[in-house]
Amino acid sequence: MTTWTSPAISSMRLERPRSLAHALDLLEADRGLTPMAGCTDLYVGIHFGSLKQRRFLDLQPLASLRKIQKRPDGTLVLGALVTYSQCLDSPLVARALPMLASAAKEIGGVQIRNRGTLGGNLGNASPAGDTLPVFLAADATVVLASARGVRRVPISQFFLGYRKTARRHNELITEIEVPPIAGKQWFRKVGTRAANAISKVVAAGVRGEGITFALGAVAPVAMRAYAAECALGSALPLSEAHRALRSEITPIDDLRSTAAYRARTACALLTQFWSETR
Amino acid sequence: MRKILLRLRVNGAHHEVAVRPSATVLDVVRDTLHLTGTKRGCDMGTCGCCTVLVDGRARLGCLTLAAEVEGCEVRTIESLREGEQLHPLQSAFAECGAAQCGFCTPGFLMTCSALLSRTPTPTPEQVKDAISGNLCRCTGYTKMYEAIDRAAAQMRTEPAREPELSSREAVSGGSR
Ligand SMILES: Cc1cc2nc3c(=O)[nH]c(=O)nc-3n(C[C@H](O)[C@H](O)[C@H](O)COP(=O)(O)OP(=O)(O)OC[C@H]3O[C@@H](n4cnc5c(N)ncnc54)[C@H](O)[C@@H]3O)c2cc1C
Ligand code: FES
Ligand code: FES
Repeated sequence: MTTWTSPAISSMRLERPRSLAHALDLLEADRGLTPMAGCTDLYVGIHFGSLKQRRFLDLQPLASLRKIQKRPDGTLVLGALVTYSQCLDSPLVARALPMLASAAKEIGGVQIRNRGTLGGNLGNASPAGDTLPVFLAADATVVLASARGVRRVPISQFFLGYRKTARRHNELITEIEVPPIAGKQWFRKVGTRAANAISKVVAAGVRGEGITFALGAVAPVAMRAYAAECALGSALPLSEAHRALRSEITPIDDLRSTAAYRARTACALLTQFWSETR
Repeated sequence: MRKILLRLRVNGAHHEVAVRPSATVLDVVRDTLHLTGTKRGCDMGTCGCCTVLVDGRARLGCLTLAAEVEGCEVRTIESLREGEQLHPLQSAFAECGAAQCGFCTPGFLMTCSALLSRTPTPTPEQVKDAISGNLCRCTGYTKMYEAIDRAAAQMRTEPAREPELSSREAVSGGSR
């Protein structure tokens, strides 16, 4: 029987921590150690040869990061290892953050949803990651832990550039905190076959006392559309909000779509958000 | 490269395997246990050909590390039939002509068996969603929908059968 093994994969090293504290110690000691959750981004990167790291920290043993909880103050706390399937099955998510359930429903096929994690979607920081606009629109906080302590970073400050985040090499994303949201939540993904297509444009928004609107795949990072929010909030005509939106996004041409299509679609999504949350 | 010893339960049988820490479930079932019904299509999560059940849930063998499924019940396509008796999904796929080259078929069958055990009467929408992570490049999906419908109907009229658990112990591995 011949054995087929990708040459890239066969040189991998894997650390399996016994506890969160142990995991954080391992990260502190080794700069080259890359956290690994569901592997749905990492393994693909390894196969494509786009990922150079060879030493990995398997997060799966850290059961404490798999929880979905609600604090007495109404904050929804999502562990970094929570999968999309868990989001879909969770009554807490359905009640407090339905736009996350809507996003989870459109991510991958069943197998990817059983496997891909929220922490992985944030950690991967693809500008097209589908949960990123959701957490941006929800004003979530990313909880980062290291052997030295815990840091809370507002999601609006978490994405620094294309696939660059505020996470330091010795830190793990442990939780995502979502404050109680008043208002109607909305999510929409535009892409080809949902199960294995990366979004051309993805958007999420909240309309209540305040208005938040966030987009993915129209800039190097997932982003809040502050200017468009402002225009909508001051009851300017939609055309003004579209103008504002076009001024703040920087879409590109790539193999999935064109800049012009993305800009037009972003405006169409803003219109749809506004009419469907009336 | 240093190997690790894993105790796995696959199709009801216990196995001890010595594998690289980075070995996936797909590597182990195909190359170490020689259960080659599970297919390697893309090796990167796109095609669904490598779908197995881990504690009853559809999972991609190519994106799941073998080390993670210690203590879990892994089921591959080889466990779907009962002796000589095909699973209703297998019969229905054959009867409806829902397989041509057959490369994608084990993946579809495992995905569908997970669906039908959780949702005995799925809506067309639920079926469509359930198989959205599996790709077929020759048959197309219409005949599969028919087959899944037919199997679901048949399973509802039959008493649910528990998969037979074998107490056979097998020791293998060391080849990787
Ligand atoms: C077929 C297919 C379809 C897909 N469809 C979609 C889709 O529709 N929408 C979408 O948004 N994505 C999609 N993806 C991408 C991927 O599934 C998601 O981004 C997923 O959430 C990644 O999670 P993971 O646990 O698998 O991450 P991993 O691959 O394990 O890790 C991803 C990155 O995050 C880092 N990381 C993971 N967890 C942590 C942590 N706790 N702390 C710090 N860093 C961490 C890792 O180091 C790595 O850099 C798809 C992928 C495949 C293969
Ligand atoms: S081989 Fe695993 S999804 Fe294609
Ligand atoms: S039957 Fe050939 S790929 Fe599906």
